[in-house]
Amino acid sequence: MFKHYFEQVENVAIWPIISLTIFFVFFIGLTIYVMKINKGHIQHMEKMPLVQDQEGFNSIIDSKNQNHG
Amino acid sequence: MELEKFKYDNKIVKYFAIATVIFGIIGMLVGLMIATQLFLPQLNLGIPYTTFGRIRPLHTNAVIFAFVGNAMFAGVYYSMQRLLKARMFSDTLSYIHFWGWQLIILAAAITLPLGLTTSKEYAELEWPIDIAITIIWVVFGINMIGTILKRRERHMYVAIWFYIATFVTVAVLHVVNSFEIPVTMFKSYSWYAGVQDALVQWWYGHNAVAFFLTTPFLGLMYYYLPKAANRPVYSYKLSIIHFWSLIFIYIWAGPHHLLYTSLPNWAQSLGTVFSIMLIAPSWGGMLNGLLTLRGAWDRVREDPVLKFMVVAVTAYGMATLEGPLLSIKNVNAIAHFTDWIIAHVHVGGLGWNGFMIFGMLYWLVPKMWGTKLWSTKAANIHFWLGTLGIIVYALPMYTAGVVQSLMWKSFNAEGFLEYPNFLETVTQIVPMYMMRAIGGLLYFTGVIIMAVNLVRTAKQGSFKAEETAEAPALEKKRIVGGHWHSRWERKPVFFTVLVLIAIVIGGVVEMVPTFLIKSNIPTIASVKPYTPLELHGRDIYIREGCNNCHSQMVRPFRSETERYRGEYSKAGEFVYDHPFLWGSKRTGPDLHRVGGAYNNVWHFNHMLDPTSTSPGSIMPPYPWLFEDEINPGLTAGKIKALRTVGVPYAEGFEDVANDDLMKQARSITEDLKASNVEIIETAEIVALIAYLQRLGTDIKVESTNQNQ
Repeated sequence: MFKHYFEQVENVAIWPIISLTIFFVFFIGLTIYVMKINKGHIQHMEKMPLVQDQEGFNSIIDSKNQNHG
Repeated sequence: MELEKFKYDNKIVKYFAIATVIFGIIGMLVGLMIATQLFLPQLNLGIPYTTFGRIRPLHTNAVIFAFVGNAMFAGVYYSMQRLLKARMFSDTLSYIHFWGWQLIILAAAITLPLGLTTSKEYAELEWPIDIAITIIWVVFGINMIGTILKRRERHMYVAIWFYIATFVTVAVLHVVNSFEIPVTMFKSYSWYAGVQDALVQWWYGHNAVAFFLTTPFLGLMYYYLPKAANRPVYSYKLSIIHFWSLIFIYIWAGPHHLLYTSLPNWAQSLGTVFSIMLIAPSWGGMLNGLLTLRGAWDRVREDPVLKFMVVAVTAYGMATLEGPLLSIKNVNAIAHFTDWIIAHVHVGGLGWNGFMIFGMLYWLVPKMWGTKLWSTKAANIHFWLGTLGIIVYALPMYTAGVVQSLMWKSFNAEGFLEYPNFLETVTQIVPMYMMRAIGGLLYFTGVIIMAVNLVRTAKQGSFKAEETAEAPALEKKRIVGGHWHSRWERKPVFFTVLVLIAIVIGGVVEMVPTFLIKSNIPTIASVKPYTPLELHGRDIYIREGCNNCHSQMVRPFRSETERYRGEYSKAGEFVYDHPFLWGSKRTGPDLHRVGGAYNNVWHFNHMLDPTSTSPGSIMPPYPWLFEDEINPGLTAGKIKALRTVGVPYAEGFEDVANDDLMKQARSITEDLKASNVEIIETAEIVALIAYLQRLGTDIKVESTNQNQ
């Protein structure tokens, strides 16, 4: 008797299907974007942790390179 | 363009770093103590406050929230200021955050040994502390978002995204899972019951691992690993995919903690599917970390910082492959409730979190004190002790888990259980418990060596509390163009909202159907609310942390229905369980069908001296239950609180509940008297026996009625 409890909600299967769809679409969009991404931007981003912050010397140098979109 | 001068706050980083080391030592010491109690129960010193069930949560809370938590904050406060080229938003908030967090840890260290616990794993702290955690977490969030808003760097580096995700998700998890109705100052009942409580708890529990132990550390990895290796991350593009798919998928995987339980099947399958999918982003992140070292592997030989980080990232890779494998139902059938899970979490905890923290500290302390590490040799010794410690810890636990599980499931040629006595399967693995403790001791020794090394390093250098830096202010001009993600990176608030949406979708889709169902399901007619005495007994069960070693969930396997003498556990049986007590580990046998399995005097003797009824048992004795008395003055409050959350006690029942309580207590004490055992009706043990005898018996009533 009690094993049918959760089957009483109509179309319970729609929930996981919706979830998978949302993720799939999002992931495809993300992949397309990443493939098209601007190289200069990537280079700027990946250098960020390497900026030496000691007394601000290198942050000056770095700040010259950051005026792009 | 004019440069602005500003200072980085190193003092707050130093504070959190010191707290990390201190609580690392304390948390691991408690871990060592409970590991030893598993083969030497006497090490609880015969007192309640140091008994396994109460201090196992102390260990988990201390290492997760005190050790890893403080380390996360140290790492975040250091890296965030530099990545954003800005001092923290408010020094006051920084220090409220620091001291508030330490006070919460202190409150946990006092309340957990006292048995003040909600019983929900990694969320054991009672309601006033839950409120304090919420406030302090919001303080951290304001400080972080504030810093982001006043930044001098237009784009947010990937580490910052991970920090944002951590803040947002932990806030949501903590608030949702902590819904509870207070009974007294330090006692509450979960708002949810049974299956729903379990689902919410493991949605929380799983994502606490994800967003407290994983995402902040991935953020730290993306900052400190390139820093230590002095080269940029292998692929920044990969890190974008890594981030979004990880936070999106992780939130769904919680139900894999509840495979083969009474959770609806579709939710279990959802948990499994998303867990398998998690391999991709996890390994993407791991490879991104390891490949950052391409061309620099020679330096790994010499630099202890890199050594620790390489092992940390490798451990992350192992644990995140193992996790999805454990989420496959037939693997889970073997591994769940066993020491395999203990091995799994310690590969993650000791390997990933621990080693990442050690690497970070070995890098940070010389940097902030403007000196070199006091002894590279000592750091190398620490590295090897730690690595060996993890191996000596994990291997025996894997063996113990598999051996015990196979023994549980083994049938002889006649079709009976090969090892019908649970204890046989325990005594078999006691030697593994000893080896595990040795592994823990090795790891712990390494940490002590690190503490000495770091103190010496600090002493030989001089601490720079304020570090001057310069950068141009962010131009106010409106920048258009760029790809959508780079636009998002410029808009922190928008970004934060997106993260929130990504993680809420998973939670909602998982939980809403189960919650909607509540109003639709007919409960099992014979399942009744607990009697007042049983309620008191159940609260003692919670206080002593019995659920740390005993599950209440008979899975639908023949080996379990045989062993535990009855039907497998049904969802409808738990509708009045606030909180649920399914447990996650069987150091002792499952108790869901223990009601009626033994007589009262057996329970009496067993709780007084477990070895008297079960020779060789590693369960500690509970003599205080025989001296302490329950407080009938609390009965009315308990009943009213439970009625508020939906348990159908009749109006006015609280006024007569104690009559009912005494009547039931008397029937037990008289039964005990017949076996020549005298005890007063209000002794705690009487209430506990009443609860244990009730467990899982409701559906037995039904089958008896149907037979008539």
